[in-house]
Amino acid sequence: MRRIGLAVLVLVAMLVTACGGSAPTTAPTAAPTQAVADTKAPEPTKAADPTQAPEATAVPADGNHISVAGSTTVQPLAEKLAEQFVAAHPDVKIDVAGGGSSAGVKAAGDGTAQIGAASREVKAEELTTYPDMVIFEIARDGIAVVVHPEVPVDGLTKEQVQLIFAGQITNWSEVGGADQPITVVSREEGSGTRGAFEEMVMGKDVKITDKAIFQDSNGKVRTTLASTPNSIAYLSFGYLDDSIVAVTVDDVAATEANALNGTYPIVRPLNMVTKGEPTGVVKAWLDWILGAEGQAIVKDQGYIAVK
Amino acid sequence: MKLTYAVDRTIRYLLLGMAGASVVIVLLIAVFTFMEALPAFREIGLIGFIFNPVWHPLPDDPANSEYGIGGMIYASVIVTLGAIGLGAPLGVGCAVFLAEIAPDAIHKIVRPAVELLAGIPSVVYGLVGMVWLAPLLRDLFKVPGNQGFGFLASAIVLAVMILPTIINIAEDAIRAVPPAYREGSLALGTTRWQTIVNVIIPAARSGIVAAVILGIGRALGETMAMVMVIGNSTEFPVPLTANPLTLFLARGRTLTGNIVMGLNYAAGTHRSALFATGVVLFVMIMVVNSLARIIVRQWARKGA
Repeated sequence: MRRIGLAVLVLVAMLVTACGGSAPTTAPTAAPTQAVADTKAPEPTKAADPTQAPEATAVPADGNHISVAGSTTVQPLAEKLAEQFVAAHPDVKIDVAGGGSSAGVKAAGDGTAQIGAASREVKAEELTTYPDMVIFEIARDGIAVVVHPEVPVDGLTKEQVQLIFAGQITNWSEVGGADQPITVVSREEGSGTRGAFEEMVMGKDVKITDKAIFQDSNGKVRTTLASTPNSIAYLSFGYLDDSIVAVTVDDVAATEANALNGTYPIVRPLNMVTKGEPTGVVKAWLDWILGAEGQAIVKDQGYIAVK
Repeated sequence: MKLTYAVDRTIRYLLLGMAGASVVIVLLIAVFTFMEALPAFREIGLIGFIFNPVWHPLPDDPANSEYGIGGMIYASVIVTLGAIGLGAPLGVGCAVFLAEIAPDAIHKIVRPAVELLAGIPSVVYGLVGMVWLAPLLRDLFKVPGNQGFGFLASAIVLAVMILPTIINIAEDAIRAVPPAYREGSLALGTTRWQTIVNVIIPAARSGIVAAVILGIGRALGETMAMVMVIGNSTEFPVPLTANPLTLFLARGRTLTGNIVMGLNYAAGTHRSALFATGVVLFVMIMVVNSLARIIVRQWARKGA
């Protein structure tokens, strides 16, 4: 009896110490997976040791913290860019937060964040509010209009696309196809891709029809489209593959080349904005993003490189 | 002796604390959800929220946003009824077979298969529903507007998902019927089928009803698989043609689906409205579970 009691006491003690001990060990492993790319090396050792990492010395030691806020579309890309940059420059700390494009421009203009992220053009009224704003286009994102492979329509005008997604054109025969009802597939409300599509194609007052099939990721939209005859949807260029067909919009094919030369109509810039010309570590990061390494990551993430 | 007593008491408190933890967690979740939902209820109003069939959150245009979950409550009810309509007979039938009829060899095959069914991740059910079931339903029912995605597809997927719950609890209930009932009935010269229908199932009915109601709770709360095949349209569900049964081929959005669709980006009133959706779901599931309790208790008192 006594022995069992002791064993239980020991077990409880182990549990308590395990719980107490586990808290500090889990914290550092959890940190890198979050948006915060944390400082890994202690700062003084780098300055004291001249043999260490010569490329890291390009970044000034003072003010080595960058905060980014804004578009949720830019957020994953910015996180990836921050992660890679911090890996090469361990004394830099970059925080990436969401909030939306408007919040991003405002944060940079007000100085609450050093960099604002916007997945759209900076508006004229924003430039009058913050006249000293500097805009860096770090990437472009094209949105293709895609259909099920058996749909015989090769091209649509932007207006036809708008009317189809608004639920006003409901049969393929109205746009040169077979006499079949159109099934609209869309992303859910709030999605960045949907927001950009609505802004560039639907306009302010036209809503995507409630009758659409809604899926909450680009992958699910693609799978739904591939298995549903007579369906139409929109997808980021990064998600195009053989299971679906991208149609031309205003006779322009959805290709990276056309997105870059400005002829394809559904393209949005991914911008980073700063208040005044950036200096120090902020400038170093932006230069790196626009350089070969940064642009390679942009391509890797499925966006269109600007350089 | 004294130490043993102290240990005994310590363990008793420890176990009490563990039991208390689950109650505290439920309370915390409830309080948190209600608190987050409060701004939406205040702004939209309970009646407007529950009965308005229009859901139009506009992040950039709060003044013109509409938050109504009438269509979603309706959709949740349709899907759950469909899932129970398909799943309950299948599950109870399987339970009767396993408990009363199946020879050992077959029991050894069916039992693990049912357990395996419970172990398949929700998203796999959804994927099968999306790439196989939906196209099949589209080709099977030639009704204009039927795309396979919709209530019938979700009800079928959910019915399969709630099978293990129903089978396990119903089989236990049937096995718990005293052998004397069965033997007595057979001794009177009834057939096996007559014994099952007239003696075994009535004797086990409170357990069977509990199984079905737990299945209802599971179906109401299931999200991932259902979101993938229901279409998630915000339009109020109506039959596709004059035939009212085509309602099951229509698309809709359930309460759980609405939360999962919006939560990634929602801010402000939209976010709060999603929590309010959760509150409505919470209350619905609480009502269903209380109903189960009342029914079971009522029958237990009658000595069924």
